Amino acid sequence: MSAFNAIGEEREIDRDEYTPGIEPQPTWCPGCGDFGVLKALKQALPEVGRSPEETLLCTGIGCSGKLNSYLDSYGFHTIHGRSLPVARAANLANPGLEVIAAGGDGDGYGIGGNHFIHTARENHDMTYIVFNNEIFGLTKGQTSPTSPKGHKSKTQPSGSAKSPIRPLSLSLTAGSSYVARTAAVNPNQAKEILVEAMEHDGFAHVDFLTQCPTWNKDAKQYVPYIDIQESDDYEHDIHDRGAAANMAQEAEESLADGKVLTGRFYVDDDRPSYTEEKQAIGEMPDEPLAERYFDDDYDWESERSYDLLDRHA
Amino acid sequence: MTDDELIWRIAGGSGDGIDSTSQNFAKALMRSGLNVFTHRHYPSRIRGGHTYVEIRAADHDVQSRGDGYNFLLALGDSFARNPQDEAYYGDEEIKPLSENLDDLREGGIIVYDSGLLDSEDVPELEERAEENDWHVFDIDLRSIAKEHGREVMRNTAGVGVTAALLDIELEPFEDLMEEAMGGDILEQNIEVLHDAYELVQDEYEFEHDLRVPEGSTEEEQVLVSGSNGVAYGALDAGCRFIAGYPMTPWTDVFTIMSQNLPKFNGISEQVEDEIAAAALAVGASHAGVKSMSGSSGGGFALMSEPLGLAEMTETPIVLIEAMRAGPSTGMPTKPEQSDLEHILYTSQGDSNRVVFAPGNPAEAYEQTRMAFKIAYDYQIPAIVIIDQKLSGENRSVPKDFFDRQPDPDPGSVLTEEEIAEAAHDESGKFQRFLHDTEDGVSPRSLPGQKGGRYLATGNEHNLSGHISEDPENRVAQMDRRMQKFQSIRTELDEDHESQQSYHGPEDADYGLVVWGSQQGAVEESVDRLNDQGYSVKSIGVSDLMPYPKKEMTEFLESVDEAIVVEMNATAQFRGLTQKELGRFGDKLSSLLKYNGNPFEPWEIVEGFEAQIDGEGQTPGTNTRIEPAAGD
Ligand SMILES: Cc1ncc(C[n+]2csc(CCOP(=O)(O)OP(=O)(O)O)c2C)c(N)n1
Ligand code: SF4
Repeated sequence: MSAFNAIGEEREIDRDEYTPGIEPQPTWCPGCGDFGVLKALKQALPEVGRSPEETLLCTGIGCSGKLNSYLDSYGFHTIHGRSLPVARAANLANPGLEVIAAGGDGDGYGIGGNHFIHTARENHDMTYIVFNNEIFGLTKGQTSPTSPKGHKSKTQPSGSAKSPIRPLSLSLTAGSSYVARTAAVNPNQAKEILVEAMEHDGFAHVDFLTQCPTWNKDAKQYVPYIDIQESDDYEHDIHDRGAAANMAQEAEESLADGKVLTGRFYVDDDRPSYTEEKQAIGEMPDEPLAERYFDDDYDWESERSYDLLDRHA
Repeated sequence: MTDDELIWRIAGGSGDGIDSTSQNFAKALMRSGLNVFTHRHYPSRIRGGHTYVEIRAADHDVQSRGDGYNFLLALGDSFARNPQDEAYYGDEEIKPLSENLDDLREGGIIVYDSGLLDSEDVPELEERAEENDWHVFDIDLRSIAKEHGREVMRNTAGVGVTAALLDIELEPFEDLMEEAMGGDILEQNIEVLHDAYELVQDEYEFEHDLRVPEGSTEEEQVLVSGSNGVAYGALDAGCRFIAGYPMTPWTDVFTIMSQNLPKFNGISEQVEDEIAAAALAVGASHAGVKSMSGSSGGGFALMSEPLGLAEMTETPIVLIEAMRAGPSTGMPTKPEQSDLEHILYTSQGDSNRVVFAPGNPAEAYEQTRMAFKIAYDYQIPAIVIIDQKLSGENRSVPKDFFDRQPDPDPGSVLTEEEIAEAAHDESGKFQRFLHDTEDGVSPRSLPGQKGGRYLATGNEHNLSGHISEDPENRVAQMDRRMQKFQSIRTELDEDHESQQSYHGPEDADYGLVVWGSQQGAVEESVDRLNDQGYSVKSIGVSDLMPYPKKEMTEFLESVDEAIVVEMNATAQFRGLTQKELGRFGDKLSSLLKYNGNPFEPWEIVEGFEAQIDGEGQTPGTNTRIEPAAGD
């Protein structure tokens, strides 16, 4: 009997399966946008058809990182900024899993920025949700990489001299094959985008605008938002990189003025995922590595260092 | 100093093929039944700069590079001038000859390439040769090489000359060349080899009596470096995932693994930095694959946080730390043993990891396997320490030593049937971090397994992984994690042969204590000291955490005095020993060296004499004696 029977089994999955029987006391503040992500994710997962057992959610540290406690799947609450490398490796070890990584803007665009660039470049088959509340929440309201220029906080008393990072443009440049932005204030769009992101074969990055009513006084900027796919003002071709770059730029520039553009910015369905690339060059097995240790028929005997001896240069 | 051995040193410019030539030379001698040991000295430069490799070959067991050497093959440094002659690195050109004379033994042989080196540039060469009874051969290796092939084949010519002077047959060299190359290149090399050989036989007279000792080892031997030992140990332990970022000298292990893992249907990942590398190892292991990472000093510093994550989430991983001289970037190509405390205690919180330090390539294999076994059985990170010296030195090891069954056991992971029987909380979550287990090891499930859902978190957590700051739970979880140390120590003491390596007569009066790569040099000096009439034994300590208290207490109680030999300035292992045992302060002194070069046996012999007899001087300016605290 395989250790991984859960993988690939098709059945109806109920939303409630993702709700822990005894829900831990939420540590999120009332009105926090993080609730919106949790809700959207609980709605999206059954639609993708993934059971809690097949799902591995890797989070970073921050209010956002607590997501894991309220979603009843396999979970790995890692360390600040490092959800991506942990998630990437889990995906390589067992591509049968639905791997999702999630964290805040400080987590993902600050301390974990390097991992973000490289995970996007490699196009790992996974979904990455960044809770973008333009603030450090858990450490009590310091300026984050997405805080607008001039943003005042206890650690930037004169207002930040830095321009905010441009997550959508950065993501596109780094190589993500799916780039979208959504907002906690619109659960329907959020759910749809998460379903698409999870079904996408490759690195799907969702910049998820979440309000932080406790620390970010400008939280209201996320209402109302504009869905670029629904709005008549935009005829945006999501398969065109150049168009996506322009759209991303417009979205990032207009955000400071309170005009919130959301939706799909870029989708590349043709680019092979990292797993496929690695398999193509013979550096990754076809069967999930993790299963091998439980496979009684696997021929370990033929893989012995003894046969390599004295072959080294 | 014994003369029943050959220590051949080939010197030249870094990038001139010294490494590959010496490797073949060592293999040829090994195949003739000799035991061999190689030592590599190289500068922190890519091409050019004085470098040498020493090969020690004897019929007896060779544990170290030995003292000095008796045959110098000096090739020129072809990179001393760059092609445009724009840069000239001072006296770099002549260094292969001039830099190596101090260690050449009396009666030794010098062969230098007169095509590239001018002996006039070496001060007092003639006088010194006469004084030391050196036999000097100036041979235009460059011309021989050019005549039959290309100038780079100077090293092959050098091997031909060596063979003629020492009366070695050419056949093994030809065999090795055939294994490594083909076509014109092979033919040309063979011509160069023969031509050089015949030239010396026909035209030179030699009066020296240095010959290659006769080999008698019947077992088939293979040449294995510390890095190879580690990599092969990992592969045989069932490791199928590595993530890394290059840093000298860890790069060796990483390279060997990357080259071989695809053949073993495994995965190797070169990633963006060391934080990612260790985090990937954690992620792959969490998902069910035996995995490893590693680095050297600075890179290992970056791994500190993911290492702690592995401790807290009880995710088994193996990390390799290949030490070099520090602090900071230090001396990238020079060995030191000064990262010990960094490795033992890095990362926040109470340390909760296993640390092994093998003393030679065979132990590197053995202990890397053991590191995986302990890591996966006990759900704890294990670190294997090597250093620049052990990483790069090659030793002949009987081939059959490696003939072990692979170990695919993923340790304490439950099957789905077992999970179904195991404890779950009221909400149906699997109790991954159950307290009341006998050895501190709680049951483990893997993502994808039915009924095994839990949360792994670097925060303190309760039985099913929920974040918890409940004081009682905290103490129970801490105690359980620490309990594993006891269980591991008991298993190591009772169920396995000691990982410590003992040498010398059991009832000796004095002890030498060593850890890691200096073990061979210490064991050799123990033999010499006993030959000189002292009564000495040594212990090479490999289990650094959990510390082998029982074995060390017994060893230290059995001697009058003991000297800890290590390559650092702050006596780190001696400090650890006193911390762990809480006694022996007045019995333990230190012999320390931290100039970038490993100990040579004579330094240990003289250091011992200076400390124990109070006679003699600290050997050279390169070692330091630190007296016992109670003195
Ligand atoms: C290495 C490290 N540095 C700093 C911290 C402290 N820390 C915890 S959460 C956090 C910021 C979180 O901000 P963000 O990622 O935006 O998430 P949010 O709380 O807003 O969801 C910081 C700095 C840490 N845990 N680890
Ligand atoms: S501090 Fe902000 S981000 Fe954190 S829980 Fe409260 S509202 Fe949400």
